[in-house]
Amino acid sequence: MPKITFIEHDGTVHTVEAELGASVMETAVRNDIASIVAECGGGCTCATCHVYVDDAWMERVGQPSPDEDAELDAAFDVRANSRLSCQIKVTEALDGLIVRTPSYQGR
Amino acid sequence: MSETIKTDVLIVGAGPCGLFAVFELGLLDIKAHLVDILDKVGGQCAELYPEKPIYDIPGIPEITGQGLSESLMQQIKPFNPTFHLGEMVTGIDNIGDPLYRVTTTGGKTFECKAVIIAAGGGSFQPKRPPIAGIEPYEDKSVHYAVRKMENFRDKNLVIVGGGDSALDWTLNLQPIAKRLTLVHRRDDFRGAPDSVNKMRALVASGAMDLKIGQVTELEGADGQLSTASIKDKDGNVERVACDAMLPFFGLTMKLGPISDWKLDMDGELIKVDVSTFETNRQGIFAIGDINTYPGKLKLILSGFHEGALCAQRVHHYVYPEKRLVFQYTTSSTSLQKKLGVA
Repeated sequence: MPKITFIEHDGTVHTVEAELGASVMETAVRNDIASIVAECGGGCTCATCHVYVDDAWMERVGQPSPDEDAELDAAFDVRANSRLSCQIKVTEALDGLIVRTPSYQGR
Repeated sequence: MSETIKTDVLIVGAGPCGLFAVFELGLLDIKAHLVDILDKVGGQCAELYPEKPIYDIPGIPEITGQGLSESLMQQIKPFNPTFHLGEMVTGIDNIGDPLYRVTTTGGKTFECKAVIIAAGGGSFQPKRPPIAGIEPYEDKSVHYAVRKMENFRDKNLVIVGGGDSALDWTLNLQPIAKRLTLVHRRDDFRGAPDSVNKMRALVASGAMDLKIGQVTELEGADGQLSTASIKDKDGNVERVACDAMLPFFGLTMKLGPISDWKLDMDGELIKVDVSTFETNRQGIFAIGDINTYPGKLKLILSGFHEGALCAQRVHHYVYPEKRLVFQYTTSSTSLQKKLGVA
C-alpha cells in the first residue's frame, strides 16, 4: 500500500497507509487527521480539504482541474501548490507523497 | 412587531429529513412550517452536492441531491407546508406544556406545540477569512451580506471573491461606491459569464479596479477600516483605501444558536431518546445528522426513519385526546384522501 505523509500546520506528522484508488482526503479522514475537514465528503464543493503539495511531488500530483481551481476560490491562503485533497487519487506513483495542511479550512 | 404565526410544528431545517418529516406529520394531520438559513430547500443536498449521485436511498438506485430534494417536494405537496427561507431560528422559549415560542433572524415569531430540529451539520454561514485582527471590524465595516446598499454609498469598497455573490454585488454597488476594488486570487471567475464581462468592461473603462491577489492585512481603528493590503502571487503588497469590505468565500456549516437551547449535547450533536427522537426538553425533537444516539449512522435513510417515529410522539402533543391508529398508505382510504389519491 502506498504511504502518504500529512504534516499539519502545527508540525504534527502522520505517515499513513493509503488505499489505491481512494482520495488523499479519504485517507486523511480514515486516519483522523483533524485538519482535513471535508465538509462535503468529496464533492469538490466546500474547499475544506485544502492541502499544500510538497514541491518535490507537485509534478507527479499535477495541477487542479478547472472545476477544482474554481472551488479553490473558497479556500484561504491559496498558493501555487494548493490542491483539494478529495481530488487527488492515490496511485502507486504517489507512494511517499507529502502534503501539508493549512492553518484554516474556513471553519 | 410582526404577527405571531401559529402552527402545530416548526421544523428547523429544510433538508431531506426536514422535508420528509412534513410527510410523516401530514399523514397524522399535523401542520408544519419550516425555517432554513439557505435561500432554497434541500439543505446539504442542494448546497453541497446538487449534482452528485446518491446511491443509498432505499428503492432509488441513483438520484442526485437536487433530484432528491425535488422528489421530496413533490411528495409533501399534498400537505402544503410553509417555508421561511433565508432565516435562522435564534431562540426557543417554553411558554406552555409544551408550547414553544420560536423567533428567527427574519423577525418572525412562531407559536408551536413541538419543534423538530432537522438542522444537519448546523446552519450554513459565510466563511470568515483568516485575516489577523479582522474581528473588531466584523459587522461594522466587514460584512458577509449586504442588507442595505445605501450603507455603501460613497465608500471605498473592497469586494473579495470570484463567484456570483462577489460579481453581483460588484455590479450593484459599483455605481454608488466612491471607488470599488474587486480582489480575487486568480484572473478567472466562476460567476456567470455575463457578469464577468460586465465587470471587465467596468475595469477597462476605469470605473473600478480589479486586483489579482489575496487580502492579507487590514488597518483601521475602532472597527472602522481604512486600508486593506493585497498581496499578489509574487508577494508584492499593495495598499488600497478601504472603508468597507465584503468577503465572499462561500459557506460553511456552524452549529449556531442551537448550543444555547439548553439541550443535552454530545459535542455538536443533540442527544435524543431512540424511541421518539425527543431531546431532554419535552416537545423538542432532533432528527437527521444533527442528533446522536448509540449506533447512530449519518444516513439520509436514518433521518427518514427518525422523522416517522418522532411524528408519532408529536401527535401526542398536538392531539392529546386522540388515539393514534397506525395505518398504511397502501390500504388506508383515510391516508389516501390526505394524499389526494383516493
